[in-house]
Amino acid sequence: MNALKNPPGVKTTGMWLFVLSDLLTFATLLVIYTALRIANPDWPRPFTLSPAIVYATIMTVVLLASSLTMVWAVAAMAEDDRKNTVKWLLATIAGGIAFIALHLTEWRHLVLEDKITASTGLFGAVFFGVTGLHMLHVACGAVYLSILTAGVARGKFSAEDIETGGLYWHFVDLVWMFIFPLVYLMAVKP
Amino acid sequence: MIIFSIDHKVIGKQYIGLALFSVVLGTLLSLIMRFHLVYPDAKVRLFQAMWPDGAPGGQMTPELYLSLMTMHGTIMVFFVLTTAPQSGFGNYFLPLQIGAHDMAFPVLNMLSFWTTALSLLTLLAAFFVEGGAPLSGWTAYPPLSGLGRITGPGEGLGQDLWILSIALFCVASLMAAINFIATIIELRAPGMGYFDMPLTCWGWFVTALISLFAFAVLLAGGILLLLDRTAGTSFFIPGGLIVNDQVQSRSGGSPILFQHLFWFFGHPEVYIAILPGMGLISTVLSVFSGKKVFGYKAMAIALVSIGGLGFVVWGHHMFISGMSPYSSIAFSVLTLAVGVPSAVKTFNWLATLWGGRLRFTAAMHYALGFVSLFITGGITGLVLGQPGLDVYFHDTYFVVAHFHLIMGVAAIFAIFAAFHYWFPLMYGRFLNERLGKVHFFLTFLGVYAVFVPLHFAGFVGNPRRYPDFKEYEFLKSVMPLHIGVTHAAYFLGAVQLIFLFNYFWSQRHGAIAPANPWNAATREWRND
Repeated sequence: MNALKNPPGVKTTGMWLFVLSDLLTFATLLVIYTALRIANPDWPRPFTLSPAIVYATIMTVVLLASSLTMVWAVAAMAEDDRKNTVKWLLATIAGGIAFIALHLTEWRHLVLEDKITASTGLFGAVFFGVTGLHMLHVACGAVYLSILTAGVARGKFSAEDIETGGLYWHFVDLVWMFIFPLVYLMAVKP
Repeated sequence: MIIFSIDHKVIGKQYIGLALFSVVLGTLLSLIMRFHLVYPDAKVRLFQAMWPDGAPGGQMTPELYLSLMTMHGTIMVFFVLTTAPQSGFGNYFLPLQIGAHDMAFPVLNMLSFWTTALSLLTLLAAFFVEGGAPLSGWTAYPPLSGLGRITGPGEGLGQDLWILSIALFCVASLMAAINFIATIIELRAPGMGYFDMPLTCWGWFVTALISLFAFAVLLAGGILLLLDRTAGTSFFIPGGLIVNDQVQSRSGGSPILFQHLFWFFGHPEVYIAILPGMGLISTVLSVFSGKKVFGYKAMAIALVSIGGLGFVVWGHHMFISGMSPYSSIAFSVLTLAVGVPSAVKTFNWLATLWGGRLRFTAAMHYALGFVSLFITGGITGLVLGQPGLDVYFHDTYFVVAHFHLIMGVAAIFAIFAAFHYWFPLMYGRFLNERLGKVHFFLTFLGVYAVFVPLHFAGFVGNPRRYPDFKEYEFLKSVMPLHIGVTHAAYFLGAVQLIFLFNYFWSQRHGAIAPANPWNAATREWRND
């Protein structure tokens, strides 16, 4: 039906627009967090350096590393090196899955040991709301990259497709760089 | 026609069909509401048949009235005013007007339509679940909307479905917005700069940008409200709340916070409804005046500034919610500032007509009607934008009259103009001009007969969202006025049948249209 093809760059433009709008969704959550925290001077600060902050730091490093492997995947695809593209994409997905696994472990700890859940007060609501939405984004990203990986291995997709996927992945990383200080570091036990 | 088509013209028509279905439903709901306001004690067998719980013995309960109001508002704002001018006509004509082969992402386009359709079905399902449709209006303020069944019959599953529906609608609108913006940025014909686009494209462009930011915020608000209802969080539920003599266990949240989020979306939303119409009216006035649009660049810039200002005026919906007087002044000044680009547009429309060779086609009638309604509805916006006056008028019928004229009826007139103007391209035939003009005059009359008196009800302090006025001594004096309005509404509803007949009849039996029958200069009429 559409014999004519889009010029290059349309997909990345589309992804940039998605990122802009998603940025606003996360910004809204963080603004709500700020407003609620200012309104409640006795905001709980339950995190201890170990294990919570150590865990969160490892998660941050894992996610940052996955951004690096994503950069390498995009670079490999730009040179039409599909074998290495698949390799680095798989590494990125592994990073994402490791992040989720670590995150779920930490959630479990919070629920079982510290007795903090989404319904035990505003801290829990904000914490699980913000990190939950972020984790959902990482999970979607892992699925998205898996589809790309399978396609690249079978000779489908262009360099622009991988770059577009990279944009999404870096965005999800960037959001975490706001969540880590605002939600974790600012809630360390005084 | 393929159901899951990825062709922009088919998708445009699907959106228009969805909006037509919705507008008929929304209008019927409003007529039932108007009936109830005038005859609150009437026992109607039909009501009992449709809503056994909401109208026991045919007598409508206050809760049923509120649920009808909620559904009327939600259906009209989201599924008519947001879909028809932007996703409907925009999908069909944007690619043609900028010389693109289709939208940038055809599959995404198809998905956004079907997500919208799913969203409408989810909303309508609320009528059929236990407790019925929600009571909290299209604004869905918590705590009413945040606590579940305890706050009213429709606040159980009905409200959950409502929030789910709006969340789906947000997702669909975001997909559509990405598509529109990417298409305009990337797929303009070679050599076509932004300031070479017709003003219709500017209208769709700015509207898409507004959607991209506004719906993202509403989505966040909707998710949190859903969490408050289902996961036991209390983002928007304050502590120590007593509902039906039961102290609620939540604490710490802020209902005002939801109002901020909602109106950060809600105010831009009213521009989403009207901006595509503004773009279209500019084109129609210019074509039927035989002149270029007066002050093209100023018109484009005015669209952008209205869109931009739309994001910094949300506080004027919350003057009585408890707000620092300094914030009120800032919001008020910014709100009144919207009058400047609006006036630029109005005067440029008039200047476009000035000295032109006017052709009074049906589309031209609707375009002129649009300008009239835009002025009438806009002037009262300047009244409501001032905190001192708004404190009195807030939540009265004055507000109802204001927004129905400017974002409801004016936008609908733009849609009528669009149908008459583009019908030859969509179906190869004309809509009947004579019927169109008859419909125009009767509708124009009906609209003013319904909404002008409601301003006066507002002067008296007649509150909106009340299901029964006879309980209140001070409202006795406005009852005759309401009886008149209700009958005018019946008349207005009835004359819409003329348009519906014209629309379906002309698709098969209308006069065959030649290529470019209006002598328009824009690309969609070119046969290449």
